[in-house]
Amino acid sequence: MTKKFVRGITYLPLILLAGVICFPMLFAATGVFMQQWELEDYLAPVLAGADGMASWPLLPHAPTLRSLVELLLDSPQFFVMFWNSLKISLCILIGQTVFGVPAAWGLARFEFPGKQAVLLLYIVLMLMPFQVLMLPQYLVLDRFRLLDTHAAVILPAVFSTFPVFIMYRFFCGIPEAILEAARIDGAGHLQIFFRIGIPLGAAGIVSSGILGFLESWNMIEQPMTFLKTKSLWPLSLFLPEIGLAEVGLGFAAAFMMLVPALLLFLSGQEYLEQGIAAAALKE
Amino acid sequence: MRRRREKKKDKRKKDFAGVLFLLPGFAGVVCFTLLPFAEVIKRSFQSAVTAKWVGWTNYMTVFTNTAFRMAAMNTLRFTSVCIPLLVALSLVLAVVLQKLRAGKNLLKSMLLIPVAVPAASVVLVWKVLFHSNGLLNGLLLKLGAQKVGWMTSGAAFSVLVVSYLWKNLGYDMILWLAGLAGIPEDIYEAARVDGAGEWKCFTRITIPNLLPSLYTITVLSFLNSFKVFREAWLVAGDYPHQSMYLLQHLYNNWFRELSFDKISAAAVVNAIVVLALILVLRRSWERE
Repeated sequence: MTKKFVRGITYLPLILLAGVICFPMLFAATGVFMQQWELEDYLAPVLAGADGMASWPLLPHAPTLRSLVELLLDSPQFFVMFWNSLKISLCILIGQTVFGVPAAWGLARFEFPGKQAVLLLYIVLMLMPFQVLMLPQYLVLDRFRLLDTHAAVILPAVFSTFPVFIMYRFFCGIPEAILEAARIDGAGHLQIFFRIGIPLGAAGIVSSGILGFLESWNMIEQPMTFLKTKSLWPLSLFLPEIGLAEVGLGFAAAFMMLVPALLLFLSGQEYLEQGIAAAALKE
Repeated sequence: MRRRREKKKDKRKKDFAGVLFLLPGFAGVVCFTLLPFAEVIKRSFQSAVTAKWVGWTNYMTVFTNTAFRMAAMNTLRFTSVCIPLLVALSLVLAVVLQKLRAGKNLLKSMLLIPVAVPAASVVLVWKVLFHSNGLLNGLLLKLGAQKVGWMTSGAAFSVLVVSYLWKNLGYDMILWLAGLAGIPEDIYEAARVDGAGEWKCFTRITIPNLLPSLYTITVLSFLNSFKVFREAWLVAGDYPHQSMYLLQHLYNNWFRELSFDKISAAAVVNAIVVLALILVLRRSWERE
């Protein structure tokens, strides 16, 4: 009896915490269904400095998709930014796969002099914050005349070492016996890589891809530093520019940014968790 | 003899192939990170415009700069408050969650969602929550408390802490859960047979077995702590309240002034600090 009671009690703080953590997303989601006037009604003390305090209903008073429709139909600017975000994230994803998968395979399944040093270097680089790499990347992009192009944001991210490290952990987990058997059957390095490595390490590639996409979809510092022209900006820089006067538009745009990330999360949560955990497992 | 030579030759061939796999990616890393970083080290000893050799002058300028000291102190204060808090909280969550029967997956998903949520998409929410006439202050007034200037006083620091915890709690919890899953169940069973209670199992089995995970989790939390700049910048812009003015703000502002000499020196110092922390943490946990 008491044990059951204790177990019941532990749910309470957990549910409360989960509720608090999900609140911002719920808040953002309710906002999409309100029109400008309804939002202004609730948020006037914040938006216009009116007296009193802002309030927020559990459900919209007059639910409508008007803001979203307006955003999608009447804001060409939004489409440009959305496309920019998508283009940047997808290019990074492809680049990380093309360069990262072989690199991870090489590090995981071969012995060569200097391998440990390269591995340590990759770990250190993946832990370096952007503030350390900002100027070096700026200098090299400047030299290649890539500043203020999408390549300035894409290229450094393609060669980020974090995805390589994640995939490396997964590739290390493939049993050597399988590779040995293939070698005895006369398979070459490329054959082993494509026929065994990639299929058996697929979970790692997907995990690193999901983490990588979320990271680049969310990117703020890099475009802020390397892109000057507004028409090249991704959504993440466009959103804070929307003033509180257009708060309806702001909620709709935020929603459009949230949706791809959430869909990816919901469909690939298992891989996402595996990818996160890959970094924590013992070497 | 001949066979041996063949084997050796084969091994060398294998080595070469490994390097070939690594090379394209590694070339990119060298080109986009290593070489330019070497250039930054060089520049940290030069003046910004004339590229004249100036010795340690830039480092002196940085260390005596009040904005740098403030930003470094804030960053230090932020990490020393947040990381222990996050690591401990997420451990408790992971241990509790692991024991649950029903609703485990749903709760896990709910706690993990912020990992996927782009900071920019909740910036409006943050603004409405923490505005002086915002929802949080509304709640405080209703409870009979005073309004707090969340963005305009020292409380801005706690907004930063909350943002960081919100974003990373689920992430760290997953890391801990992975560590917990690695502890064999039979150790617990043996201990229970010997009459050990839940608490004793936790302190004598769970904690010692999780120590290796602690290293990676601390390092990863540290890495993620730099990303809290996003939330800070989104809600408060380039010049926020000074209690949330972080190194990244400072570097951005120096960047706009084109003070490359100062950024170079500061980036080198920063890199050394991060590197030292990684190595120290690694060493101390390997000794355990």
